[in-house]
Amino acid sequence: MKKDRLKWLLLSPVIIYALVLILLPIVYIFILSFQTSGPYGETIYNLTFYNYIELIKSIYIKVFAVSFGIASITTIVCMIIAFPFAYFLREKSARTKTLVTTLVMLPFLTNSLIRLYGWIVLLRKTGIVNTILMNTGITDHPLSLMYNTFGTCVGMVYTLLPFMILPLISACEKIDGSLIEASHDLGASKFQTFIHVILPQVRTGLFNGSLMVFIPSIGYFFISDILGGGKVMLIGNLIKNQFYTARNWPFGSAIAIILIIMTFILIGLYKRSGGKMDDLGGA
Amino acid sequence: MKRRKWHKNLIIALTLVFLYFPIFVLVLFSFNKSSLNIRWEGFTFYWYKELFSNTELLEAFFNTMLVGITSTVVSVIIGTISAVALYKYSFRFKTLINSLLYIPIVIPEVVLGISLLSIYTLFKMELGMGSLILSHIAFSIPFVVINVRSALAQTNPHLEEAAHDLGAGRLTTFFQVLLPTIMPGVKSGALLAFTLSLDDVIISYFTAGPGSNTLPLKIFSMIKTGITPDVNALSTLMLMTTLVILTVYSLINYRKTNRGQEQ
Repeated sequence: MKKDRLKWLLLSPVIIYALVLILLPIVYIFILSFQTSGPYGETIYNLTFYNYIELIKSIYIKVFAVSFGIASITTIVCMIIAFPFAYFLREKSARTKTLVTTLVMLPFLTNSLIRLYGWIVLLRKTGIVNTILMNTGITDHPLSLMYNTFGTCVGMVYTLLPFMILPLISACEKIDGSLIEASHDLGASKFQTFIHVILPQVRTGLFNGSLMVFIPSIGYFFISDILGGGKVMLIGNLIKNQFYTARNWPFGSAIAIILIIMTFILIGLYKRSGGKMDDLGGA
Repeated sequence: MKRRKWHKNLIIALTLVFLYFPIFVLVLFSFNKSSLNIRWEGFTFYWYKELFSNTELLEAFFNTMLVGITSTVVSVIIGTISAVALYKYSFRFKTLINSLLYIPIVIPEVVLGISLLSIYTLFKMELGMGSLILSHIAFSIPFVVINVRSALAQTNPHLEEAAHDLGAGRLTTFFQVLLPTIMPGVKSGALLAFTLSLDDVIISYFTAGPGSNTLPLKIFSMIKTGITPDVNALSTLMLMTTLVILTVYSLINYRKTNRGQEQ
């Protein structure tokens, strides 16, 4: 009896937390998503699929397409940068590995907005990148490198790259080097070795990194606000606008519910491919 | 063979340059005479002096630290207790609770932000420091739980039994036996929680209220009108402080492991 009391005493914080601060908010926006919004932004309680039907309108479909497009480009570019980095790091000494891993994590400890601001200084019309391009004669007029989709992608890749690098470093550490040698000895080309020997061994790491890049990049409205100049609309911006400018919370909630369902599908695929949930939390 | 090694190092170096170049620019411009962050016009410490008279910025910094420290302490305590309790006991809806804990980690932050805002409004809770700290606790706890859990998985289950057999009480066993063994997990959970809190833009955007402006929110609103170099100065100081703490910390650890090897 006394043991039982201790058990529930220790368990109660996590149960209360999970129900009140995780389950309840999500259930509540789920309910909200079936309501409508009045002229002053007040919620009118009824049961309607209006918000979900509204989402099929072409302007919203376009936002979804642009957002998923940018998220996909970001994920692929992060992979292209992070994989060689993590793979070549594998051969380094333990000391170099620790140092480089710390260097990858260190930018996290500085404000991400101020780092994005650094990119404005670099990418603007009179910025450093354009000056170099013009002085070397690559272009004779300044290129539009920001306040557009390109700028948004640069900001996304820059902000999310460490989330791809870190799981890939630990995935590459586990690669069995003797298998690669064996593959070479048996006459496989570098490309064949990469596809059939290396890739299967880092697959879960790649999947893990892709999730940690793809999912946030749908919602990071501040990056498209800052480097997209308000011209690039992501799903994150759309939700933010519904909660602030348009004050249509039910519609914003419906979009959020779609994102939750989509996230669950992606996580389900990750688990089916053998991914561990705890690896997503940086443990 | 030697040439190939050279190009591998180059790729590692270039990636690090990509990660650090904007930080370099930000530090450089904190010493710039111009107030526009565009062109280099000469060296000055002016912005560091200016920083200490910018009350709004200092207040935002103070709020950020307050939210960061409070939410880290609370989420580390709740998270550690929760991880231990979930590890030891089984109950009917354990799988549900465990799955719920992953939600704040995986769903886009904007979804978590608006859903927390919605229930605060539902319960007529005023937005301010309270709601902001509560939200930061809400997204930090799962990261602590996961880190502590992975440390728990590596402990020897007989250790606690041994402590009990030797006559140690529950509390003694927890603080003297279990806690020291899971400390690395608690520490990395705390570091993660603190870092996430310091840099959070999205969840704070929805759950902060008047008088609880944090540094990220302040900078976000400044970016539209143009950032003055005193923000660069503050960021440089924060970066330097972090670097000093990290260096000292790793030096102590390095000494410890070296001594450990000698013995």
